[in-house]
Amino acid sequence: MQRIGVFICWCGSNIGGVVDVPAVAREAAKFHGVVYSAEYKYMCSEPGQEMIVSAIKEHRLTGVVVASCSPTLHEITFRKNIARAGLNPYMLEMANIREQCSWVHQHEPEKATQKAIELVRRAVAKAGKLEPLFESAIPVTKRALIIGGGIAGIQAALDIADAGNEVIIVEREPTIGGKMVLLDKTFPTLDCSACISTPKMVSAAQHPNIKIYTYAEVEEVKGYIGNFSVVVKQKARSVNSKCTGCGICWAKCPTKNIPNEFDLGMSMRKAIYVPFPQAVPNRPVIDRERCRQFVKGKCGVCQKFCPTGAIDYEQGDEFVTENVGAILAATGYDLIDWTKIYGEYGYGKYPDVVTGLHFERMVNASGPTGGKILRPSDGEQPKTVVFVKCVGSRDEAKGREYCSRACCMYTAKHAHQVLEKIPGSQVVIFYIDVRCAGKAYEEFYLKTLHEGAIYTRGRVSKIYPEGNHLIVKGADTLLGRPVEVVADMVVLATAMIPSAGSADVARTVGFTVDKDGFFQEAHPKLRPVETNTGGVFLAGACQGPKDIPDTVAQASGAAAKIIGLLSHSEIAGEPTIARVNEAICSGCLACQGICPYRAIEPKEIVERLPGKQVTRVVASVNSGLCQGCGACTVACRPGALNLKGFTNEQLLSEVDALCQ
Amino acid sequence: MSIENESQENWQPKIVGICCRWCTYAGADLAGISRMNYPTTVRVIRVPCSGRVNPQFIIRALQQGADGVFVSGCHPGDCHYSSGNYHARRRLQVLKKLLEFVGLEPERFQFYWISGSEGAKFAETMKKIDEQIKKLGPNKKLKRSNVFKQGDRPA
Ligand SMILES: Cc1cc2nc3c(=O)[nH]c(=O)nc-3n(C[C@H](O)[C@H](O)[C@H](O)COP(=O)(O)OP(=O)(O)OC[C@H]3O[C@@H](n4cnc5c(N)ncnc54)[C@H](O)[C@@H]3O)c2cc1C
Ligand code: SF4
Ligand code: SF4
Repeated sequence: MQRIGVFICWCGSNIGGVVDVPAVAREAAKFHGVVYSAEYKYMCSEPGQEMIVSAIKEHRLTGVVVASCSPTLHEITFRKNIARAGLNPYMLEMANIREQCSWVHQHEPEKATQKAIELVRRAVAKAGKLEPLFESAIPVTKRALIIGGGIAGIQAALDIADAGNEVIIVEREPTIGGKMVLLDKTFPTLDCSACISTPKMVSAAQHPNIKIYTYAEVEEVKGYIGNFSVVVKQKARSVNSKCTGCGICWAKCPTKNIPNEFDLGMSMRKAIYVPFPQAVPNRPVIDRERCRQFVKGKCGVCQKFCPTGAIDYEQGDEFVTENVGAILAATGYDLIDWTKIYGEYGYGKYPDVVTGLHFERMVNASGPTGGKILRPSDGEQPKTVVFVKCVGSRDEAKGREYCSRACCMYTAKHAHQVLEKIPGSQVVIFYIDVRCAGKAYEEFYLKTLHEGAIYTRGRVSKIYPEGNHLIVKGADTLLGRPVEVVADMVVLATAMIPSAGSADVARTVGFTVDKDGFFQEAHPKLRPVETNTGGVFLAGACQGPKDIPDTVAQASGAAAKIIGLLSHSEIAGEPTIARVNEAICSGCLACQGICPYRAIEPKEIVERLPGKQVTRVVASVNSGLCQGCGACTVACRPGALNLKGFTNEQLLSEVDALCQ
Repeated sequence: MSIENESQENWQPKIVGICCRWCTYAGADLAGISRMNYPTTVRVIRVPCSGRVNPQFIIRALQQGADGVFVSGCHPGDCHYSSGNYHARRRLQVLKKLLEFVGLEPERFQFYWISGSEGAKFAETMKKIDEQIKKLGPNKKLKRSNVFKQGDRPA
């Protein structure tokens, strides 16, 4: 039998000025289970709290009802308070008689008093059904895993490692760096991209707290916040750690003319290669599909010449298990494959129609053309360059509905670079809108405009070759007439889309993606760097198209969250989570599909029946993963699932109390 | 005392709201913080998520004599637990159809999306449901005492 104490707060005149507090206290004393009822000016004040503590002791209270302001405000205060008196902190129920009573019914004091009485009756009814709850202590492994070594992953890794935690980066490519190392200069400051990104790559590689797996992928993730166990698949590189990066192997390798992915096929590499000279780690990888040793079974040149004996043709994929407390997804973006959808632009058949990323490699001094803007078809310098924005972005019919955000700015940058590098050149930019929101962005665009870039508002309807040129047909929607430009080269600003395989990453780690396939943040405004899965965070273009400043800001934000998590050796697990009554669970697992956190797993139990033992499957709730939403409880047909702190019995008693 | 004996002027509806703690409950608090007014007939029960709401709670409220019941959660796409309100929407839509099928007036059970920033919307919605229920008068259909009177008390 519960012995409930009720404490009604005046909150000065906030409640007391409307509600007849002493009358509520008198009524409350009559409710079932109530052995003590009192009122006080400010229940949350020092003497108010003391009053509760001594009443608990004196009247041997087993449950407490505080009728005051919203529980959002002081539930924690009063929980701590009753714990001081030796009561379980969850033996508290609050009645919200301020925000949801006196403050909204100031002009009807009598009715407000009646309502306050009923709200207290509800709280008493629930208090009568409360049970002690206990927070579980979840240990935290002070290490973080970062998936994707682009600028987002690198920035976060450095921040987390500098705070004294171990970091593991898993990067799919043979080098870290992501897209930023491909870029030439970066808007709006036009500083050299490699000059600011490669030193960061090196710092990450040399950091004593950072371990980098390249040419690797995350194969499996198990566990929950603070306690993930991750299987990393290290793909066979065929070059072991004895390698010093001297470069003899790729100089001697007899293969040739393999398009280098890093230059988007505009330069050639060998079968054993490093993607680019500043690659981190500076250790080559053998492309087994192109290597003669693997394809034809004979060659062995690199092995023969390698001075350190680092070449290992026998190497297989390795699987390493890493235990971490937090995971950061930073898998970045890809560009939409326009060659499959834009027939009017030639499906990629015309060599002089390229994407913005090709252009970046071209203007880059360390790129395939040594920094010269040259037409891929004949290596000539183009005089007229046309840029087409929003290719695949803001195009529901063929591409994506959203805006890719970075293209307006990088197209302005590219236009500036053409005008600067090619004297007498002409630049025409087709656009729908010019979107340059960002510090110093609009100014950057205006500068390009003043330099002579011709901005034409309208979509391009067709591009086709004519002799040595490309004819770009479009409309100038501001002047309301068709336009035709004779161009030497066309650069398409193609949409940013989630990187290939990112859906698998989301599935493996266990979080959700949005309608476009980008990683879903826990809250678009208030929790932008967390996923809905505890301990799993996100940063960079994997969450949505963004430029480098935003990427880095988000990465540091996510790092701060991770550092916060890893600063605890134990975290308190929410006690208000689901529990299974194994006796009536039928093992149908209907609940499993409902749970957004994958917290429900099947479990085998052994039951003793007369004369025999049977094994059967029941649902079990992982206390580390369950967030306590309660969605599963409704899905359970036999009613085996209940939510602690919000049980069916508690809620029904509240309903009953309010309907009396 | 049965409802029939109460005079029409004295009758005050009982409206029970089941609100998710992250959105609508916070919206109701905001209505208070902003000192907005709405009828005293509304009483709120706090749940973690609209996905926690078992149709049984609503039926029970109607049986026990509530004249109107509403469930309110975060807007679609804003659920604190990512998908709870979608589950709620599907389940409660079925319940609503069922209740209408057995003859309950549609206004007696309603479902809303009210966010933590929509204090004004909460107050307006409460005024509206109060008006609707007052127009309908007391809930006699599902109320257990009435049903029992007709002699079909379950064994
Ligand atoms: C043509 C062009 C020009 C641009 N110019 C500018 C500019 O001037 N200024 C600016 O601010 N921004 C610019 N941007 C935008 C900039 O590229 C991005 O903001 C930035 O690269 C995003 O960084 P990220 O780390 O999020 O993603 P990424 O750079 O894409 O890095 C993601 C990393 O994750 C790895 N990865 C992906 N999937 C997996 C997996 N499953 N497992 C392991 N690793 C994986 C990738 O290999 C990659 O290394 C430009 C973009 C384009 C297309
Ligand atoms: S808890 Fe309920 S829904 Fe889940 S498996 Fe058991 S019976 Fe099925
Ligand atoms: S309460 Fe929510 S989070 Fe917990 S097991 Fe049930 S559905 Fe999953």
